[in-house]
Amino acid sequence: MSILRANNICKSFTVPDEVQILKNISFEINEGEFVSIMGKSGCGKSTLLYILSTMDTNYTGELFLNDKLITGQTSDHLASIRNEQIGFVFQFHYLLAEFTVLENVMLPARKLGLKSKEEIEHDAITKLKLLGIEDQALKLSSRISGGQKQRVAIARALINNPSIIMGDEPTGNLDSKNSDIVFDIFKELSVEEKLSLLIVTHDDDFAHRTDRIIMMGDGKIIE
Amino acid sequence: MKFSLLLSISKTHLLSRKKQTIIAALGVTFGIGTYIIMMSFMNGLNGLLDGLILNRTPHIHLYNEVQPSEKQPVDYYEPYKSKTRMVESIKPKKIQVRIHNALPLLGFLNKQKYVKGATAQVKAQSFYLGGSTQLNGVLTGINVQKEQELYNLDDYIVEGTVEDLAQNEKGILLGAGVAKKLALKVGDVIQVATKTGEIQPLKIVGLYQSGMADVDNVQSYVNLEMAQRLMGQSNDYITDINIKLNDMTQAPKLAKEMEETFNVTAVDIQTANAQFETGSSIRTMISYAVSITLLIVAGFGIYNILNMLIYEKMNDIAILKATGFSGRDVKWIFISQALIIGFIGGFIGLVLGYFVTTIIDNTPFDTAALPTIKTFPIDYDAKYYIIGIVFAMLSTFFAGYFPSRKAEKIDPVDIIRGQ
Repeated sequence: MSILRANNICKSFTVPDEVQILKNISFEINEGEFVSIMGKSGCGKSTLLYILSTMDTNYTGELFLNDKLITGQTSDHLASIRNEQIGFVFQFHYLLAEFTVLENVMLPARKLGLKSKEEIEHDAITKLKLLGIEDQALKLSSRISGGQKQRVAIARALINNPSIIMGDEPTGNLDSKNSDIVFDIFKELSVEEKLSLLIVTHDDDFAHRTDRIIMMGDGKIIE
Repeated sequence: MKFSLLLSISKTHLLSRKKQTIIAALGVTFGIGTYIIMMSFMNGLNGLLDGLILNRTPHIHLYNEVQPSEKQPVDYYEPYKSKTRMVESIKPKKIQVRIHNALPLLGFLNKQKYVKGATAQVKAQSFYLGGSTQLNGVLTGINVQKEQELYNLDDYIVEGTVEDLAQNEKGILLGAGVAKKLALKVGDVIQVATKTGEIQPLKIVGLYQSGMADVDNVQSYVNLEMAQRLMGQSNDYITDINIKLNDMTQAPKLAKEMEETFNVTAVDIQTANAQFETGSSIRTMISYAVSITLLIVAGFGIYNILNMLIYEKMNDIAILKATGFSGRDVKWIFISQALIIGFIGGFIGLVLGYFVTTIIDNTPFDTAALPTIKTFPIDYDAKYYIIGIVFAMLSTFFAGYFPSRKAEKIDPVDIIRGQ
């Protein structure tokens, strides 16, 4: 079953000069598939990821999530789609520094508002346990190490049980030990929870252990 | 649930930067506190000053004014109608000082719905005799009970009470200036001579002090009957009728009607004391101008602090948006911070204002002009407190709105890629 489908995505920057940065990108990601996107700097892979993540709406083409067209939706609706169906992990950890680890993980679920605060707290602890950092739950998120932060970010991405997790070089800022931990977590989620993952990376090693690599160059998919 | 989540985020933001929050709130506190102090004090003073004149001034004063006739006999003569007529050295017509048919008129006025009360007075030119000294004076015969009820006579009695005058038909409420000049005190007897030559001993039951020396040096009060007797007149001799209305603003219109209907001179309070209303409204305007300026300054403080906060929180804003918070959510996170600052700062401002006005209210304030006032006047009108808190919320809302709009529009992709 297709989770994410891109159909002829094109994007140009008009300032300062007209440059076409994405040219007719089409591909599909299925349930439980672990896909990585590779390519040289400036080939448009991050740009593509932000379009796929619904945060960038300035493109042509069509984007389907769970077979529903999401191109052209209002920004409020896109925000709720991100909240419910897409989990994010970034290169920089992007936790809210003044909140505890637990609060950071709970935030998207509280925004979704389907469960009571107690249930959400329980879920958040479960996710933190899954990632092996439940002992850090009550610390301020600015007080933990980089590798731990990235795991908190993954726990946050998982809290609403999304359809897909997207990552923009989630291991780019981590040492090899922590990179391995993060990769193992992703792999486990993909195999055991049938979660789809789409990860932009520079790391050959990381990419070659995923199910599929999408190679990009000059705004096109090469292979 | 949704708003409580946004509120808990703003609460964390505010609490994690206590110093800035407190400074922003203090700005509002001082603005609102000053507003309360200014308004309460200014309006207390306004009320006092207005009361000084307006409370004891009738809304409409009826009397007969001595003036030349508007139409001279020659004006009535037909053959000269078309000619230019010149009359030299016109003398005023001899008119009676007493108001014609005063008692029925008084009865009629007291029955009208728009009249709160009408009282009769007899003004008698007289002399105060002290040994060989004679002082000019004006004795006013009054209906003591009604005068007290309508014009708070006892506010201006420094010694004795109104009851003493009411119960003593030969009593006199002597002007403080006269008492001082003649070295008289309460309980003494003063000889009063009227224009008719009659000399009447009167017992001083109290001292009257209006705060205006010119008045206190001549004015005294006696019972209405005594004044009539001094003038050698019967009890329908009345020189002035003072009317207090239920609605003061009606005075000019009604005065005109009465003048035409009853053939007397009628002066309304607005004509008699035009300067007072101007004074009050200008004082109110100044206090509003100062308070609003203070609040605007406080508003800019909040604007600045929120602007800085939003720049510092760019990453947070981006991550909130990436994880599914809409622009509107983010906007309300920051607006609610401004409103919390406004509410807390404003509320403390109200408390501060109340506290300081209470101190002012208990500060001794002695002035000869206002014999019964012992402390500074304060007007504790709840209106100022309501306006204060509403203004605090409004100004902080606008101060927070514009930075929050900026936060609403931040594109998370720009922030995340910019790293």
